[in-house]
Amino acid sequence: MTTHGTRAAAEVRFHGRGGQGVVTAAELLSVAAFDQGRASQAIPSFGSERTGAPVVAYCRVADRPIRSHDPVTSPGVVVVQDPTMLHVPGILTGLRADGLLLVNSTRRPDELGLPDCVARIVTVPASDVSRARLGRPLPNTVLLGALAGLTGIVSLAALQKAIRERFRGDAGELNAALAAEGHRLAQERSTEGASHAQAG
Amino acid sequence: MTELKLYQVGTFAAGNRLLDASERTEQSDAGRTNSITSGHRACRGCGEALAARVVLDAAMRASDGRMVTVNATGCLEVFSTPYPESAWRVPWLHSLFGNAAAVASGVAASLRAQGRGDVRVVAQAGDGGTVDIGIGCLSGMFERNDDVLFVCYDNQGYMNTGVQRSGATPPAASTATTRPVGSRVGNAFGTGKSLPVIAMAHQIPYVATATVADLHDLERKVATAMSMHGSRYLHVLVPCPLGWGTSSSDTVRVARLAAESGLFPVFEAVDGEIDGVRRIRRQVPVEEYLRLQARFAHLFGDPGHPDVVERLQRQADRSIAHFGLLEGEQR
Amino acid sequence: MLRQVEGSRAVAETVARCRPDVVAAYPISPQTHIVEALSDLVAEGRAGRCEFLMVESEFGAMSACIGASAAGGRAYTATASQGLLFMAEALPNASGLRLPVVMTVANRALGAPINIWNDHSDAMSQRDAGWIQLFASSNQEAVDLHVQAFVVAESLHVPVMVNMDGFVLTHAMEGIDVPDQDEVDALLPPFRPLHVLDPDHPVTIGAMVGPEAFTEVKYLEARRQLRSLDAIQEVADRFHRVTGRRSGGLTSSYRLEDADVVLIGLGSLLGTAADVVDELRDEGLAVGLLGVTCFRPWPLDEIRDSLADASRVVVLNRALSVGFGTVLGADVRLTLAGSQVVVHDVVAGLGGRPVTRDLVRRLLVEAVRGELSDHQLTFADLDVDLAERELLGELVGPMDVEPEGVGR
Repeated sequence: MTTHGTRAAAEVRFHGRGGQGVVTAAELLSVAAFDQGRASQAIPSFGSERTGAPVVAYCRVADRPIRSHDPVTSPGVVVVQDPTMLHVPGILTGLRADGLLLVNSTRRPDELGLPDCVARIVTVPASDVSRARLGRPLPNTVLLGALAGLTGIVSLAALQKAIRERFRGDAGELNAALAAEGHRLAQERSTEGASHAQAG
Repeated sequence: MTELKLYQVGTFAAGNRLLDASERTEQSDAGRTNSITSGHRACRGCGEALAARVVLDAAMRASDGRMVTVNATGCLEVFSTPYPESAWRVPWLHSLFGNAAAVASGVAASLRAQGRGDVRVVAQAGDGGTVDIGIGCLSGMFERNDDVLFVCYDNQGYMNTGVQRSGATPPAASTATTRPVGSRVGNAFGTGKSLPVIAMAHQIPYVATATVADLHDLERKVATAMSMHGSRYLHVLVPCPLGWGTSSSDTVRVARLAAESGLFPVFEAVDGEIDGVRRIRRQVPVEEYLRLQARFAHLFGDPGHPDVVERLQRQADRSIAHFGLLEGEQR
Repeated sequence: MLRQVEGSRAVAETVARCRPDVVAAYPISPQTHIVEALSDLVAEGRAGRCEFLMVESEFGAMSACIGASAAGGRAYTATASQGLLFMAEALPNASGLRLPVVMTVANRALGAPINIWNDHSDAMSQRDAGWIQLFASSNQEAVDLHVQAFVVAESLHVPVMVNMDGFVLTHAMEGIDVPDQDEVDALLPPFRPLHVLDPDHPVTIGAMVGPEAFTEVKYLEARRQLRSLDAIQEVADRFHRVTGRRSGGLTSSYRLEDADVVLIGLGSLLGTAADVVDELRDEGLAVGLLGVTCFRPWPLDEIRDSLADASRVVVLNRALSVGFGTVLGADVRLTLAGSQVVVHDVVAGLGGRPVTRDLVRRLLVEAVRGELSDHQLTFADLDVDLAERELLGELVGPMDVEPEGVGR
């Protein structure tokens, strides 16, 4: 072991339900970061295999090797892939005041009923976008594109490369396009989100 | 060789000069392997020691000596390998009690991986290590159709540990845990399992039962099994003088009576279907078989349990009918 | 080559490159991704001539490995927790017969109550089975240890267990450098068994040994295990020469040189602890870290020497020896018997409760301040109020009420 800084550059926590690709999202983010020459780690929370059950996954990205495998407790970003989980206790726990809450929702941030959330909130209708292009609601790649656009943790290009490696053929292209769409929507929404975060 | 049917030639002789050399038993050949050789610590009259030698010598002949053995814990293992001595003249591995089949599966897979798939694998266990504690691993081996011949030497109880009841103990038998005390009349009816039938249900290539009374038949079945690949199961009835309470000179006789009474059906099955039976020439009343064994002594005497004997007789009759064991009858 | 890959997948690829002859597989959380990946690798022809045996239980898995090894093949399996217990009878069988089986244990708690998450109770429960037990502190080390495990096992003819934290490491995706085939081949020669089932040279393997010889057999086994301490370090050194990476060995130390308070532990918590040590060092506290990589045989001299200059040691146990205390803590106390070092025995992280940075930090700061008990076991992450309420409820129960009608 050698001497290194102890805090990662970015820590992201993903929430969703089994079957929504929450773990895949964390892994794709980590692969994209790795491809950009950074150290990254994706860890799912674990349970017996079950669709519909709440799932949490973490991703850490740093510019030095990551030694610790403890859970992310003070995420800079929380991504909620399933809006029905927004009011589950603990979903926002630890989210840094200067952090970002990214929600898969057709609503505006101020319509989510989170008056106590001081972090910046951005909503993206990821399920709708993926339904339109893929024919089914798989929001994870859209949200990842949005995440890349809003935070710069990874570039869209690196993300798309990771996506194409993970999903071969047509699925890869479709999901890469979804990421681009999410990226674009995020740029639009981010100005809205910034102004609403000042309220309350 | 004439076409005359010579009655001296038959299954009751280990070897017979009237037979063509190719039809003689391996045991009659002085050049046999003698896979388990003399000096072991078995009881006198042990059916299992006899069966093991017959089976493995036949397997060695069938495989041209290219064979290894895996042996479960039990009488055979204990009396044959008292360190620093061993009675085994073939490659031999002691497994544990319940895993002879799994260990054998591992041996077979390893030999194949190393390009030594010509070496055959024979697993051996007693009834306890087969039907009770061994059944999980055995069923797994069957279901994967691993290339192993599994031989069960059935003396119908946990003999090495002092004659306790197993899943192969017949009804009404007295054992250390089914003594006829109180209201009990020995081992309960309606319990127990037939591993040959369970093996058939797995639809493995070959299943056969045999006894130590019919050595030609036993050797032939080993040869048949060794001519095939995949999972094969051989269930051999081996009387235990100590556990059954028989005279040590009666081992072969008692095994014959078990078959001839119908209580131990002798048959073969291929791919899960009965392929042949060893017909009974003269059905013997179960009583003739039972009276030779002290483990059934409580059924006789004054007043005894004639109803139980009758029930055993009905069981034998059903077995004969089911397998079509009487000569002249079709199944 | 360094790539972003899941820990389990990396382990499977490493095992495949070790050219196993037989892989016996039975699934149990959290090891499943290892056997699944191996199944694919074998089917794709990327594990050489390997036979993949899908057995009916963990007992079947270890049994098949024993048979495979006795027949001269390189054998591997993986399990965790309940599965390790289910094969418990076969473990000393493998070590007693000197069969160099290698097994991954994806450390998980033992039930009841059933718990699928990470702690070290499974490995601890089999510490006397005669297997060498190595603990990986990271996925990179887990991968490296598997290569070293085969080398150690086959040169000593002792089976080796590679422990890696279940879920925490097995399911983490990160940058891992899986040794390539050339590196593995440079380290691991073809298997040469001590004794083998071979029709050309028949031997009896596994005779019944009575009172007249058993003691000598076990004594020789014990002596061999202790000699293996040197071999384990030697293999780690050889690994370093071939790959350039330092992995494995007996212990790992971090900022131990002038440390006054040292944390000792096993597995992935060492990574977390290293981060905390750096933070506290920046704040002026003389703390350090000692990781135990080879847990069995216990490297007593090495550990005693490493702790010679410390005044306090905090042992962080992720397993509990009910009715006694802890295993790792007891081993450390034994090692330090007669010295002046104060030992703080701490239990935390049972059943998947994470060992967090905050927890480690709190422990080290309390140790520095002398606020940790040195004679009582500290349950560092226990909900004390909840536990106390439960215990109180048990004390004032039906047993304290006089049954009616019963005379004195």
